[in-house]
Amino acid sequence: MAAAWQCILAAGFLAVALVSPGPLLADDNGPPRTAKASEETALVSIGYLKQDVEEPIPLSRLNVKPDDLGIAGAKIALRDNNTTGQFTNQQFTLDIERVPVGGDAVAALQTLVQSGHRFVLVDAPAKTLLELADAVKGQDVLLFNVSAPEVSLRQEQCRANVLHTAPDLAMLADALGQYLVWKKWQRWLVVKGAYPEDRQYLEAVRRAAKRFGASIVEEREYESAPQARRSDTGQQLIQLQMPVFTQGAPSHDVLVVADRREIFGPYLPFRTWDPRPVAGTAGLKAMSWHPAHEQWGATQMQNRFQRFSGRFMQPLDHQAWIAVRAIGEAASRTGSAEYAPINAYIRGDKFDLAAFKGQKVTFREWDGQLRQPIIIAGTELPVSVSPQKGFLHEREEVDTLGIDAPESRCAFQ
Amino acid sequence: MRLFRLAAVFAVAAAGLCVSASPSDAYTVYVSNEKGNSLTVIDSDTLQVLTTIPVGQRPRGIMLSKDDKTVLICASDSNTVQVLDVDTRQIVAELPSGPDPELLNIHPSGSPIYIANEDDNLLTVIDLNTKEVLAEISVGVEPEGVGVSPDGKTVVVTSETTNMAHFIDTETYEITDNVLVGTRPRFAEFTADGEQLWVTSEVAGTTTVIDAKTREIIKVIEFELPGVQQIYIQPVGVRVSRDRTKAFVALGPANHVAVIDAKTFEVEDYLLVGKRVWQLAFTPDQKLLFATNGNSNDVSVIDVPNLKVTKSIPTGVAPWGVTISRN
Repeated sequence: MAAAWQCILAAGFLAVALVSPGPLLADDNGPPRTAKASEETALVSIGYLKQDVEEPIPLSRLNVKPDDLGIAGAKIALRDNNTTGQFTNQQFTLDIERVPVGGDAVAALQTLVQSGHRFVLVDAPAKTLLELADAVKGQDVLLFNVSAPEVSLRQEQCRANVLHTAPDLAMLADALGQYLVWKKWQRWLVVKGAYPEDRQYLEAVRRAAKRFGASIVEEREYESAPQARRSDTGQQLIQLQMPVFTQGAPSHDVLVVADRREIFGPYLPFRTWDPRPVAGTAGLKAMSWHPAHEQWGATQMQNRFQRFSGRFMQPLDHQAWIAVRAIGEAASRTGSAEYAPINAYIRGDKFDLAAFKGQKVTFREWDGQLRQPIIIAGTELPVSVSPQKGFLHEREEVDTLGIDAPESRCAFQ
Repeated sequence: MRLFRLAAVFAVAAAGLCVSASPSDAYTVYVSNEKGNSLTVIDSDTLQVLTTIPVGQRPRGIMLSKDDKTVLICASDSNTVQVLDVDTRQIVAELPSGPDPELLNIHPSGSPIYIANEDDNLLTVIDLNTKEVLAEISVGVEPEGVGVSPDGKTVVVTSETTNMAHFIDTETYEITDNVLVGTRPRFAEFTADGEQLWVTSEVAGTTTVIDAKTREIIKVIEFELPGVQQIYIQPVGVRVSRDRTKAFVALGPANHVAVIDAKTFEVEDYLLVGKRVWQLAFTPDQKLLFATNGNSNDVSVIDVPNLKVTKSIPTGVAPWGVTISRN
């Protein structure tokens, strides 16, 4: 597989070399008629701050995170921006600051800001994101939260200088909930982990059940401590544990699991006492992007990404791609490389972005969250895309996912 | 390749033996079925399906050659443009289109052809006679729609992620102008008089009319359908009548074709068709307009003078492109 990718990559370079468009560069053509760019190439510097965190090894070795997760998505978006930039006399750069576990993320952000980066993608836990946002409060700096899904970041903890391309837990739970209800799987057995982040997801699941007319027949907590991923005969043990753990539940249509650390959730499918599908943080999941998503032109995105990075595109890659593309789109539309016009355009009502989701994606003005359809997928293939038919909204159906304006508690600080 | 040449010889021989007995106003309609990997062939007079022809993987953009003897088919997942002989209904050649060809267009003289390669940000120019690649032109991200001016001097390609219409000189292969249009431009159509270029923008939900000489935007047409949320209005195919009185725009998942007064740019009507209406083609006499409905697996037939949808004809799975022969 690796050899095949290298081969494709080499072919790609060859193609670029062969067509090397000397006379087609923007410099030789003069400025484009509608982009109002100056003769000089304008530079837009984008930063990417990644805070490394300690995480347990995933139960499945298929889910080990690639080292360039997210970064590769930003890099290919940069290339897209620069292809467009040839025609608008704009050039985009991406500089990456990786903060080691326990490192000083604020100092890393200051370094980026001092070297002229007005737009910074942040892949960091919620707590770090808030520290970063507060550290540059009042400055001409726009942060993109590309990874943290906490609802609080869009509610009472929302910040005026942060836009979120990552969907929050409420959007994900609503997207999944709509699909389950559309399937008439309305009785949910909820199985939850013992961690604070499980509680956050649980709250989103409860809210979705209430909004869309499902009922939670029981909530059952999985209390065992995390165990080593592998043991030589571990599967035999799990095969006995999981049926017992799910035994004796009230009648239900689907088991919904809230286990964000993936301590036991991935063990549930095919091992439950009752033969029921598993959804939530394991089994059928809601996500912004799936490597096998191919609708609405996504095939091209997937092909380009795979050629570029030699691996599949994951949700974080797409969330970073959207952030860099949003900056590029605003720069090309405003004909500017400056902070103020780009920031205003992204937040304004003229902004829209094609993100291979079947409709434009835009930012909600009440909390800075990217409104986007959410993919419902099994391991190998997408199953559906929410919002589901029949979940109506007075303006945009996609606003049936997550926190809508009337419920918003965000007062931008 | 040798096999194809041989087939071509047979094809020519077979064509010589065939005598067409169809009346003068019966045209042949070819519809590409994106998921069905086939072409559905329809008689425009009887509105009956004549046959279904298996072709390459994921056929999308299709267009008859200027002599009406072959159909050029973008077989996207086979990474080639196939040449179908209309008489023998056999694939007789495959052109080196580059990866993932989606839409193509043909120079008024019959050659070369211009192919948008979505994956590679290229417009590939191929001599239809020698089958040689004449040029590969770097354009914006995800090129898609290709329009050729009636005088053959300009080819326009739209790039879906860069959101531009790139005007290219067909002699020098140089980009002379880039016009920013609405998000995700899908299709570019020159008017028959060569004065205007119409470009649809799927995600923006608009159609931009550009002055082909000054390359300035004349008008951005917006659509509004009662009961349909704005985000589902996603224009894809566009055709302007030869006398430039009417324009038709396929609105994708809004399941309607918009009828526009091409002089005033006012939208006059919305015709209900099938699900996810995609591409459009006039019959040569411009009395009928065929519209492909990708999610209901049919084509809608529109009576152009009366602006009525008169029939729906079942096709293969996920009809995408449509082209209509003079005979």
